[in-house]
Amino acid sequence: MKAEELSALEIQETWDRRRAGSRRFAVTLAVLGLSLAASIGLATAIGRLDLGWGEIAQAFLNKIGLSSFTLDRTGEVIVFHLRFSRAVLAALVGACLAGAGVIFQGLLRNPLADPFTIGVSTGAAFGAALLVVLGIEGAFWGLSALPLGALAGALAALVAVLILSREEGRIRQESLVLAGIVVSTFLSAFISLIKSLDEESLSAIVFWIMGSFSGRGWVHVGFLLPYGLAGLVLAALNYRELDILALGEEQSHYLGVAVSRTRLQLLLAASLLTAAAVSVSGVIGFVGLVVPHLIRILAGPSHGRLLILAALAGGLTLIWADVLSRVILPGGQELPVGVVTALLGGPFFFYLLKTRKGRGVW
Amino acid sequence: MIRVKALSLGYGARAVLEDLNFQVDRGEFVGILGPNGSGKSTLVNALAGLLPPQAGAIELNGQDLQSVASRVRAQTMAVVPQSNEIRFPFSCMEVVLMGRYPRRRRLGTLTPEDLMAGLRAMRQTTTEHLQDRLVTEVSGGERQRVVIARALAQEPDILMLDEATSSLDVRKKLEIFELCQALNREKNLTVLCAIHDLNLAAMYCRRLIILKDDRMVEDGATELVFTSEILSAVFETPMEVARHPLSGRLYGVMLPLSGDAAAEPEILKAGVS
Repeated sequence: MKAEELSALEIQETWDRRRAGSRRFAVTLAVLGLSLAASIGLATAIGRLDLGWGEIAQAFLNKIGLSSFTLDRTGEVIVFHLRFSRAVLAALVGACLAGAGVIFQGLLRNPLADPFTIGVSTGAAFGAALLVVLGIEGAFWGLSALPLGALAGALAALVAVLILSREEGRIRQESLVLAGIVVSTFLSAFISLIKSLDEESLSAIVFWIMGSFSGRGWVHVGFLLPYGLAGLVLAALNYRELDILALGEEQSHYLGVAVSRTRLQLLLAASLLTAAAVSVSGVIGFVGLVVPHLIRILAGPSHGRLLILAALAGGLTLIWADVLSRVILPGGQELPVGVVTALLGGPFFFYLLKTRKGRGVW
Repeated sequence: MIRVKALSLGYGARAVLEDLNFQVDRGEFVGILGPNGSGKSTLVNALAGLLPPQAGAIELNGQDLQSVASRVRAQTMAVVPQSNEIRFPFSCMEVVLMGRYPRRRRLGTLTPEDLMAGLRAMRQTTTEHLQDRLVTEVSGGERQRVVIARALAQEPDILMLDEATSSLDVRKKLEIFELCQALNREKNLTVLCAIHDLNLAAMYCRRLIILKDDRMVEDGATELVFTSEILSAVFETPMEVARHPLSGRLYGVMLPLSGDAAAEPEILKAGVS
């Protein structure tokens, strides 16, 4: 089987097919990006105080100097300091969680892995809650300490889970999620305990364990951003390695990936993303699990594209989950947003498992 | 190219191979033979830098293998492992292009040269038609050839195969070995294969290294090592080596363990009576 030389035409054809793939990605990116922007806008108009779409649009235009319309004082506060900041925060948290899910699933080669199922989210929540109880809430070099506590908790939980699921030097896939649940349940109980001892209200416990954006605003966006960005950059630097690591440790080694170092960087990236999200919103499950799956079906498993698209889709998902959590109860109380994501994500994931497992495709 | 000095390998307290000494030069075609559990895969893993030596040293181009940067190592040698489970639905082309990883800049885009190397490797392994198929949906043999294409896309000086053709049918086996032989002759590619198919080894390898009971028991030209005496002793099985009248190549045949080789099989006897 002597190989004839490749013709220019063949190379061109393959090149063009790849270009077509890139175009599809660009279109998906544009659609998701626009939907995200539109959703942030729409989310600011939905709530108990009914403000007209037109007025809100005008108020936004005013902010960028294109309109002279201003809302009254109450409207201004509700739109810009409550709803808008909250929608932005939800988008960022969703992006972080989905990004962390992409990394964990690829790295651990486990379709059920996400920050929530492997206990890292709860670890982060525990770390942050502990910091609050200990009264360490200051800022260092302008960075809030809360995400740092969450990061420490996330890493500790991750190490614990990896040790628990290790057998003869290998991480057993079946044990991974089991270990995650054990660690997560244990730490949830601990959060409840320390919060109760600290005589805090039930709502503080619910906040950490079920997740919520209630009363969150720009200051929390500031908490999240540096850590979330650091995580994203670290992940982006290693996206190609993540593709290869998804094939397994041995093959990655043969292909020239510095396995230990790269894996460490990626685990740190995922932990940073999780910690950034959890420190401002508590534990919100299923976003990091379902969104990467959906995007993988839509756009394939290449992690560079997957990270970008999943981050946007995660943001989109969480904005609307948060809107639902604000308006779903007739009495006007808010539901923890983690309840909404679990209610939506649980059955959806069940469907994914049942329909796609048999084909060996994620 | 590769120099192995007083090498001992093992996992924890369990020693698998002891005191290996040999050297593989550029352009050789070497087969590693031995019974099950004799350490063929262990040796390949060590030569690939995956398993650090317990004692002794492996040198790649004069440098200690453990100190060679991963990317440089992967530019020099490619490994096709025994099992190639791939769980993510990458297209076969994407998998082959992963072979370009050690030759691409860290965040650089794919160049036409990368694409050409990938396409050429797929043509060589007759996997061109699989380009856009998902690697999770092709057959085991096809996937193995895709992984071999990925190794070739690395454009290595050394190609190591760890039972890489065991899952392929006869035709595909021969095709892969013919390809290795062609690259070996034309491009001076060094080929090292751990293999349990004796006749395949005899047909293509010019040098054989035989492992048994933690040791290297033979190392030499195929003509000298592939003999009835040596094979019978190594595999503890009566073996008969002959030269095939048509191909002129050596081949080995196993004889029944009962030692009653000359006896007529029961079925034939029954048929006669």
